[in-house]
Amino acid sequence: MLEVSGLNSFYGRAHILSDVALSAAAGEVVALIGRNGAGKSTTLKSLVGLVADRRGRIVFSGRDISRLSVHEIVRLGLGYVPEDRRIFTELTVEENLDVGTQAPRSGVPHWTRARLFELFPNLAEMRRRPAGRMSGGEQQMLTIARSLMGNPALIMLDEPSEGLAPRIVEDMGRAILAMKGEGLSVLISEQNLHFAKMISDRAYIIEKGRIRFDGTMQALAADEAVRDAYLAV
Amino acid sequence: MDFVVIQSLNGLATASTLFLVASGLSIIFGVTRVVNFAHGSFYMLGAYIAYTLVSRLGGSVAGFWGSIALAAAAVASLGAAMETTLLRRVYKAPELLQLLATFGVVLIVQDLVLVIWGPSDLLGPRAPGLAGAVNILGQPFPQYALFLILFGPLVYAGLWLLFHRTRWGTLVRAATQDREMVAALGVNQAWLFTSVFTLGAALAGMGGALQLPLVAVNHTMDLQSIVEAFVVVVIGGFGSVTGALLAAVIIGELNAFGIVIFPDLTLVLTFVAMAIILVVRPWGLLGKPEAAVRGGAGSIELPMRPLAPRLRLFALGVGLVLLALPLVLGNYGLSVASEVLIFALFAVSLHFIMGTGGMISFGHAAYFGLGAYGAALLMKYLMFPMLGGILFAPVVAGLGALVFGWFCVRLSGVYLAMLTLAFAQITYAIVFQWYGFTGGDNGLIGIWPAAWASSATAYYYLCLALCGGAALLLRRIAFAPFGYTLRACRDSGLRADAIGIDLATHRWLGFALGGAFAGIAGALYAFLKGSVFPDTISISTSIDGLVMVLLGGIQTLVGPIVGAATYKTLHVTMSSYTNQWQAVLGVIIIVLVIAFPEGIMGRFARTAEARTARAGDAAP
Repeated sequence: MLEVSGLNSFYGRAHILSDVALSAAAGEVVALIGRNGAGKSTTLKSLVGLVADRRGRIVFSGRDISRLSVHEIVRLGLGYVPEDRRIFTELTVEENLDVGTQAPRSGVPHWTRARLFELFPNLAEMRRRPAGRMSGGEQQMLTIARSLMGNPALIMLDEPSEGLAPRIVEDMGRAILAMKGEGLSVLISEQNLHFAKMISDRAYIIEKGRIRFDGTMQALAADEAVRDAYLAV
Repeated sequence: MDFVVIQSLNGLATASTLFLVASGLSIIFGVTRVVNFAHGSFYMLGAYIAYTLVSRLGGSVAGFWGSIALAAAAVASLGAAMETTLLRRVYKAPELLQLLATFGVVLIVQDLVLVIWGPSDLLGPRAPGLAGAVNILGQPFPQYALFLILFGPLVYAGLWLLFHRTRWGTLVRAATQDREMVAALGVNQAWLFTSVFTLGAALAGMGGALQLPLVAVNHTMDLQSIVEAFVVVVIGGFGSVTGALLAAVIIGELNAFGIVIFPDLTLVLTFVAMAIILVVRPWGLLGKPEAAVRGGAGSIELPMRPLAPRLRLFALGVGLVLLALPLVLGNYGLSVASEVLIFALFAVSLHFIMGTGGMISFGHAAYFGLGAYGAALLMKYLMFPMLGGILFAPVVAGLGALVFGWFCVRLSGVYLAMLTLAFAQITYAIVFQWYGFTGGDNGLIGIWPAAWASSATAYYYLCLALCGGAALLLRRIAFAPFGYTLRACRDSGLRADAIGIDLATHRWLGFALGGAFAGIAGALYAFLKGSVFPDTISISTSIDGLVMVLLGGIQTLVGPIVGAATYKTLHVTMSSYTNQWQAVLGVIIIVLVIAFPEGIMGRFARTAEARTARAGDAAP
């Protein structure tokens, strides 16, 4: 589904990512784990084309997308949910979903408002509410629902559990597993190892812009040395 | 009572036109973040094209209304063409350079209009079927004005439906808030931008075309309408269509009643209203704070550095050449050179406010003009000698900048720019309308330099000494603690605030200082020309300053000098070769913006920076 190798990204003269390589198979949940500032968000932004200065090979659904613009990448079925949600606060819940709507894609789950309201029942109760007047957890659900309206084959979630109450984090975990159940690939970035463990099949650990660990979630759980070196605070 | 009703109806008719033009400008800004100076040109083109079409198609009902619709469509396609060929290349450039590019279009259109339609005013036909008057409370009221009163709200309703009932409208509203996120949801921004720009241009074109039965079509419609539209948009809040409607009604009514109550102060009234509203509501009636905008062209500015030794040597060389100039140039050449020096100081003082202080000023001519008029009036009424006038000019200009600046520095970005423009227009209006004191548009004449400075060479050396000295002093201030503090306020207001810097006061003093130095330039200009006219304070002088600063590059202190020299030299050379020098200048500005998005000197600075960086990498 997604094959990345030799990815280097720059902000001006600052070299942020060095030779990042990662992959995600169809129907797989992959976690990119690292501390604050390790390069998780930059990795996701580079993949979706939001970092202008990126070099390397990014193959998605068999196409090299490393030179495409953001909207072209998203239209190929690579969904992106930013860390800070970025919902359109002036627009209602339904209008937010409209902005994300893209034509159905063969071979990937087709989402409609009705199906998303099943997945996120809270949203159904506030379809006409301006999104700015929702709680943080509800906004987080909306931003995921909005990207799903684009019928992605793979969805990238940047720290979906950040700043959410524990009960909402559980809801979030269930929603992600439901997406996986539909056959979607999911790439999440996380600091919260516990949350990542709950939902992911495989994990990468990123530190200072380099991938330091690549293995299954079980392997990571068993490898205390890696966890201490790269994740302990 | 009857009178009040009739006047308020008149106000509403004006408001409709204002709304058409301003809503287009507002929508374009909301999505593309481009302040489109050429919007007034669209308006003017709408009127001219409608005039030509009506004279071809005839003044029948179909001919007249068909012409209006076709003119709007023609302007819309011109807008689309401008967006796809020009703006697309500059979206990544800093906001101000985009503005400069659209100003290039203004210049080109001005000359094109003169070439195609000639300089005289053109009178269009009355609207067929609406040429008469209806009786309202015993007074005749033109039917066409009634039509306009109804048409404005109709357009508003149409826009509301478009924005709230179509997916396109939803996308536009979403992009107004966060256009990068809209792209990250798979929406092609390029297409969205083009369509929004086309719609905005169509509205402006229609607004212009609808003027045909009301006013004579003339080539000053563009700047006049762009200023009015800016005022309306700023009062209503950038990006808000409803705000534009509200503000259009306020300004329309203010004009209708103002012209009766204070016939001499109509110009002032509008801008005073704007100043008051902006002080109470810094983002307009229905606007949102600007800082929340995302996905703009966030360029990292290089810090200003003292000149490298090699460049110091070069500057010294330039200084020597300037000293030796009277040996080669004749009187005409020297007076041109003096003018270049004066405008270099004007640009340097504006750059102090914009580059060092981070405050965009669209009204710097106010302080140039205050200096010029200050010196001239002191000479005229109090028999001040030339040097006394030049000495007092910065005091007059600085005081003006202190008063205006107090309001301005509380705002930021486009709103700050518009408020500075408002104050410049107020100053202009006062000078223009106060015949008894300032001579109005007859100006003040006989402002000649003292005998010892009356030769071209002596006056040139005076300009060189004062402008050079003033520019060096401003440069020194930029590298003094006060300058560092100003730059801190510019780069991160929040952090500066958090370490205990009084932001407003520093910005205020910086603004006043820039104004005072512009005053010196103004006084020198008055004595160079031997006269002062209101156009020293006009928008075009302010814009000349902006063009010089941006042309040179805002990140370097040498930039404004290079920009002023380039601009003035181009201006003088080209106006001696062609009548269409404005258009040529416009083309040059556009080419320069596309080729040097960081300004001429900014480009050199970046190249030099890259060279040092590479050298640093190679030798660890």
